[in-house]
Amino acid sequence: MPKQKTIAATGNVLVAEAMRQCAPDMMAAYPITPQTTIVEEFAKFVANGRVHTEYVTVESEHSAMSACIGASAAGARVMTATSSQGLAYMWEELHIASGMRLPIVMANANRALSAPINIHCDHSDIMGARDTGWVILFAETAQEAYDNTIMSVRIAEHPDVLLPVMTTLDGFITTHSIDRAEVMDDETVSAFVGQYVPENALLDPERNVTHGAFAGLGGPYFEFKHSQRLAIERSRDVVKSVGAEWSEISGRPFGMVETFGMEDAEVAIVVIGSTAGNARHVARGLRAQGMKVGVVKVRCFRPFPYAELVQALSGVKAVAVLDRAESFGAEGGPLYLEVRSALYDLATRIPAVDYIYGLGGSDVKTELIERVFNDLADIAAGTAEPAGLVYLGAR
Amino acid sequence: MSWDVSKIGEWKNDEFPRGAVIPDSGNSRDYVTGGWRSERPCRDDAKCTQCLFCWIYCPDSAVNVADEKVTTFNLDHCKGCGVCANICPVDAITMVPEGCELPEVK
Amino acid sequence: MQQQLTEIRWHARAGQGAVTAAKLVAETALELDRYIQAMPEYGPERMGAPIQAFTRISEDPIEIHNNIEHPSVVVVLDESLLPIVDVTSGLAPGGVIIVNTCSAPAVLRSVLGVADDAVVASVDASTISQDTLKRDMPNTPMIGALAKLTGIFTLEQVSDHLAKTFGKKFSQEVIDANVAAVTRAYEEVQAS
Repeated sequence: MPKQKTIAATGNVLVAEAMRQCAPDMMAAYPITPQTTIVEEFAKFVANGRVHTEYVTVESEHSAMSACIGASAAGARVMTATSSQGLAYMWEELHIASGMRLPIVMANANRALSAPINIHCDHSDIMGARDTGWVILFAETAQEAYDNTIMSVRIAEHPDVLLPVMTTLDGFITTHSIDRAEVMDDETVSAFVGQYVPENALLDPERNVTHGAFAGLGGPYFEFKHSQRLAIERSRDVVKSVGAEWSEISGRPFGMVETFGMEDAEVAIVVIGSTAGNARHVARGLRAQGMKVGVVKVRCFRPFPYAELVQALSGVKAVAVLDRAESFGAEGGPLYLEVRSALYDLATRIPAVDYIYGLGGSDVKTELIERVFNDLADIAAGTAEPAGLVYLGAR
Repeated sequence: MSWDVSKIGEWKNDEFPRGAVIPDSGNSRDYVTGGWRSERPCRDDAKCTQCLFCWIYCPDSAVNVADEKVTTFNLDHCKGCGVCANICPVDAITMVPEGCELPEVK
Repeated sequence: MQQQLTEIRWHARAGQGAVTAAKLVAETALELDRYIQAMPEYGPERMGAPIQAFTRISEDPIEIHNNIEHPSVVVVLDESLLPIVDVTSGLAPGGVIIVNTCSAPAVLRSVLGVADDAVVASVDASTISQDTLKRDMPNTPMIGALAKLTGIFTLEQVSDHLAKTFGKKFSQEVIDANVAAVTRAYEEVQAS
């Protein structure tokens, strides 16, 4: 019988706890604000013998991911964590991990990228990694960061998937705030994630295999990329079924897309990460005043849940997308591009506005969300035109 | 295991081993590279002291040895780099041009 | 929705234990089955520099993750911050402000210039701390004053939680001194 206890802890402490419970064979990580406390906590678990993980200290994130790739190819269950410049420094290895189909699980504390130097939350780092072939989950709360981390192991190691997974949480807002959360007992988590049985372990003396082979000119590189596409497509069902299974055990809901008020909403905000809570808080207040507003939270960004999003948004009169990252020179931020593309298949065109917000930890004030809903109400009523791209709250 | 790659040209995406893994060892032997050669090594048995330096240094393991003695060169895999001729302490190996009269290496 | 939301802003100098206090308050509330948030102001921390910390306590799940702009309670751990930090900024109507000072509440009220409906309270947490803990660590006594003025938890609940969490790290002597500090501040805090 699953036993859970309610604790007060930061998102990072909860991610470290989830990692300990999933018992990776190896971790290689390099500290970077605001991820540091994840690896600090985990290193303590290793030092105190609470987890039998080979903890490899490295001199950079480039080396951290390289070491993870080596260990994963050797047949180990591997985890790591990073943030911001660290994730950027891993860029080439991110592609190698997914191309080699290694089920590495990595936590990312979502943080702005330099310049100017900034250590606070936005999604510039993680959105830069959106095309690296990793499955990407977003957490709104410390609780979701904990749950997503445990689910990530099952998703990554599923035979239909075998892809690396990033489990992300908002820097400081979620990583460093103490929040109320429920933690599952070790036995239940251990049974849920099970043992990792690698298919082609380098360290199998009975079978000699080669990893990292050349597939160049005239070779099947193209076919390998196709099979990666098929794998991440298959991961849709796996994300859903693993989420449903964990939901059943934990009693906490999971959806690739989670909605609030969408049963009768006329206007809606699409959002990812911690701001989803702020949006719901405001929507709750506005609905109490009779405004038909809703919130659509995207919890799984890769693979992108087009069908679920369209289903949630069909019927609204106007939609706002909140982007905590830029895609300079594109029509809007990364989430906006996905949402607009998803809406293309609808028979009726829904006016959509992109709001770039909260870059570098700029505070997501309640009034800003109210402003977005009011803008949408005006568009829905036909008294205003969609504004295109708005820097929400910028001076 | 034995990895049958005879139909590799017809394989589709998921028929390839996941992640470009080669699930078998020793199969580089099947890949004939001797055709890349413009010169081949020629060993003078009278000069040769059987020191086996050529066997040690050959980057393609293309020096055939039996009973601790060099016998022939594996011309399926010798790329004609000349390392053996260069390292030979008694100049027993010379590199001779591949000519059209020589048999085509497959 | 969320009428029961209590938002506390802590002002202190780095090293005075404001972050620990914000956390202790949240944990005490959690034991009463409340929903909680506690976060420091995330910036470079240098000993003695002015800092802020925040605590949210609610009967319902807390969904907002932004900064606290309209605190219902402000706790100031260091009187010397009053001329340099706008500690009353955004104080909610009918809000409470508690300052570690030996001045009387009426004097403090004129210094702060807050609205008439605000509750202004003073407690000499530094002296209490010197007497009980033998050093100036005003964070735990301020929790006692907070309990008295807001009623978010009782003195007994604070003392129990202190004994429980400090029990893992500190001697009985230290725990007793902290409980004594909290109790004295609870009894000595004055409001106007």
